[in-house]
Amino acid sequence: MLGEIPVILMLLGIAAYIVLAGADFGAPFWALTARGERAAEIREQTHRSMAPVWEANHVWLIFVLVVCWTAYPEVFGSIFSTLWIPLLLATIGILMRATAYVVSGIVDRTSVEWVSAISSILTPFMLGTVIGAIAGGRVPVGNAAGDPITSWLNPVSIAIGVLAVAFCAYLAAIYLAADSQRNGETGLAEAFRTRAIGAGGVTGLLALAGLGVMARDDSSIYDGLISGAGLVAVIVSGLAGLTAIVLLGTRRYPAARIAGALATVAVVAGWGLAQSPEILPGLTIDQAAAPDNVLIALLFSIAVGLLVLIPSMILLYGLVLGGRFDADPAKAGGILADPAPGSRPVEGPGRAAVAVAVALFGIGALVNIATDGGFLNYLAVVMLLAGIALGALVLARSLLANLQEQ
Amino acid sequence: MIEILANVGAAFPAVDQSYLLEARQMQALSFAMHIPLVCFGVAFPAFVIFMEWLGQRTGQAHYTEIAKRWSKVMITLFAAGVVTGTLLSFELGILWPGFMSNFGDVFGLAFGLEGFSFFVEAIFIAIYVYGWDRISPRLHLLTGVPVIAAGITGSLMVIAVNAWMNSPGGFDMVGTEVTDVRPWEALFGNSHLWPQLTHMYLAAYIAVGFTMAGVYAFLWLRGRRDRYVRTAMLVPLAVAVIAAPAQLVIGDWSARNVAEDQPVKLAALEGLYKTTKGAPETIGGWYTKDNEIEYGIQIPKMLSLLAYHDPNAEVQGLETVPPEDRPPINVVRIAFQTMVGIGTFMVLLSAWFLISWLRRKAIPKSNWFYRGVVIAGPAAVVATISGWVVTEVGRQPWVVYEIMRTEAAVTGADGIVFCYGALAAVYAILIVATAWVLVRLSRKPLSPGIADGSGVQEEEKSRVAG
Ligand code: HDD
Ligand code: HEM
Ligand code: HEM
Repeated sequence: MLGEIPVILMLLGIAAYIVLAGADFGAPFWALTARGERAAEIREQTHRSMAPVWEANHVWLIFVLVVCWTAYPEVFGSIFSTLWIPLLLATIGILMRATAYVVSGIVDRTSVEWVSAISSILTPFMLGTVIGAIAGGRVPVGNAAGDPITSWLNPVSIAIGVLAVAFCAYLAAIYLAADSQRNGETGLAEAFRTRAIGAGGVTGLLALAGLGVMARDDSSIYDGLISGAGLVAVIVSGLAGLTAIVLLGTRRYPAARIAGALATVAVVAGWGLAQSPEILPGLTIDQAAAPDNVLIALLFSIAVGLLVLIPSMILLYGLVLGGRFDADPAKAGGILADPAPGSRPVEGPGRAAVAVAVALFGIGALVNIATDGGFLNYLAVVMLLAGIALGALVLARSLLANLQEQ
Repeated sequence: MIEILANVGAAFPAVDQSYLLEARQMQALSFAMHIPLVCFGVAFPAFVIFMEWLGQRTGQAHYTEIAKRWSKVMITLFAAGVVTGTLLSFELGILWPGFMSNFGDVFGLAFGLEGFSFFVEAIFIAIYVYGWDRISPRLHLLTGVPVIAAGITGSLMVIAVNAWMNSPGGFDMVGTEVTDVRPWEALFGNSHLWPQLTHMYLAAYIAVGFTMAGVYAFLWLRGRRDRYVRTAMLVPLAVAVIAAPAQLVIGDWSARNVAEDQPVKLAALEGLYKTTKGAPETIGGWYTKDNEIEYGIQIPKMLSLLAYHDPNAEVQGLETVPPEDRPPINVVRIAFQTMVGIGTFMVLLSAWFLISWLRRKAIPKSNWFYRGVVIAGPAAVVATISGWVVTEVGRQPWVVYEIMRTEAAVTGADGIVFCYGALAAVYAILIVATAWVLVRLSRKPLSPGIADGSGVQEEEKSRVAG
């Protein structure tokens, strides 16, 4: 039982990564294909919507990896050694996306758009093929035990890869429509709405085609998806997808966003349900799981982590979705107004502060040299560090106070 | 004993990999990219926030201007740090599945906690950078605090893993099986952790302090001496000149820890073949096949004194382990001497500055000092990388010291070597793009009146401002 909790967390992490970072990968697609009079606006919006959140979104991927290697080390080793090619290509895509993002904060975006666009196809596609390889049972347990090519270049993997690319573009269009509407740019919202509906239709068709491909594959994943809980998940996902398109039709973008997210969660859950109890061929989740005390330690630290993470996320998304970062600072006013700055000049440090800094530094250093381990040693290091911090502060104040007088 | 332990991985057996060296070099290349970037992730936020605080307190615009401009640099380097780190996590699986499969459960916890540090850092850095003038100044300043804290916890967690690799504990070996895993003990009950963490944390502050000071010292040498340049140079310099001398003390602490936990690594970094009482320290030179150091300068008894603080202490030599259990001596030794040499250079630079300030209440006049500062930035980065070479190459042939050999950790996949080139090319693009962005940022003209009283021409200002 305990052994299954991490896998649930991983699936949630994957869903979060698709829902949040997926849109980030999809956005460049719309920037690249933008033509006509709105092209410039579309590009601008795709960048602005994503910039503040992409780094945080991206950490979900790291979260999934880390839970995997802690809770199911052998599974992690098997997947990464067999599927190293798509995984490496996926990270290269991530690297390109980041490079383009860094550069596009500064310059005219069109020059780096193709870089983003390649990454927006490369990364979702490769990660999709990885999912396809695992779901299709093509990653045996062992160090590079699977086929380095056919494990991920097969009909099931390719179908899921293509589906992932389309789905990212679809999500991105929904989010961009919502962001444009929030900023009062109705025309732009309409442009994204059309795109979202089109992409949604394509994604739905691809999903059906994908099921067809799986049916013809000899892996057991298809059976899992068309029976029992797996089937329920697939149906929920399909309905959520349709609902999202209807909501787009009636221009209720925030609700469409939620429906789109639900479709993702359901499909990921369906995958998990269809595959359980096996995680890799012949290896059940329970067999693969690390010892209980490791899992407890992991779950405990995730719980503590979430206590910090959830409020932080709420703050960030509250600011972003509330449009705080869109506002033109000059127009914003209110609490956004210019700081009411103090007017205290920097004063030189007092003698006492200097003496304390020197004493902490000196005693800390000497005691550290004289001791070998033990409480006194650690105390000395803390004193030394405090001495450095205070010393740097004292010195900086003294330098700046002197500079002011000149 | 070692023979048996070296076979760890029966559950996930070792395979023949003819490209072990390439795999190691890929790992090293990725670290050499990631570590300088994360120095900025660890230390830079504190500098930026200090400047912002000064601006709010004094109401003087140049402090705020510096903070704003630096925060753009900060997010750029952060983004590069994030992706290189992501690549590293993938590489742990792609290159070293044997290591991850056997020990992932022992140290994975630390990476789990680190993941949350990354979340916090990424979230608050975004709020900080995109929130300028959009949230209240006091709240803005406060959002910097979690960024600094995440820098501390982030480095704590990753160093905990590395310290565990250097001084493994918190599990038992039954035959080739890892059993009775005690993750908290493995990671945080490890005395190697604290010197390593403190040393790395200081290294980050030194590297960032000297690099930032160096940028403005360069402008200073070209004649820009206005208030903006002075402030931006002196604050990072104040941190660096205090931290650099302390690094000697902490480095000594690290070395004593190595002497205790990893005597063979110590022998390698000193090139000491025979176990010796009152061992000498040899500076420079080259370790030969005959197990001697040619052309070095010997200081009698110095090594015993440094490693054990006792001039007559016995120091274990390389002869105590068979040749296949020794790391590449010259690589480790040269890296070590580079680090210590650079450390000493930075202490001298610091002494010059401090003495000048204490005696004359004036910063050094000589241009040589500022040239030194310009060099000290890149030198600190070199020292940091050299230090990691000492730690990592010095631990070879073990990936987990005296438990698992690196060749048992490596992937069995063929063709890893082909992606080495691709990776290097992608890194090259990342470096060029980041450098180009930084140059662009530095060329943006200052807001009017910032550099005031400098007597610099307007156009000159906008050309080299930064
Ligand atoms: C600014 C950078 C810098 C400077 C000036 C120094 N070091 Fe260092 N050193 C590092 C940056 C560094 C590092 C990159 O941060 C390392 C790599 C692993 C670690 O924990 O710290 C390191 C590792 C490291 C190790 C290996 C620790 C291990 O394997 O566990 C030793 C023995 C020393 N150092 C000793 C010194 C001494 C005696 C110095 C005296 C000048 C010194 N270091 C200056
Ligand atoms: C947790 C933190 C770790 C840090 C900070 C770290 C740091 C480094 C650095 C800086 C290098 C470069 C040395 C050089 O330039 O040659 C390096 C090399 C290497 N690392 Fe680590 N490492 C860590 C974890 C790992 C892990 C998890 C593995 C996996 C098995 C590993 C295996 C290696 C190997 C094999 C090399 C190449 C050594 C050589 O070239 O001889 N390290 N590491
Ligand atoms: C095996 C070694 C390492 C791995 C696997 C690793 C992994 C990562 C990952 C995945 C990220 C990106 C997090 C994100 O998405 O926000 C990252 C960033 C970071 N890493 Fe590492 N890392 C390693 C070594 C180190 C070392 C030696 C340090 C030094 C203290 C360090 C400090 C940081 C920091 C501060 C960040 C935040 C990003 C930044 O400030 O640029 N890491 N690392």
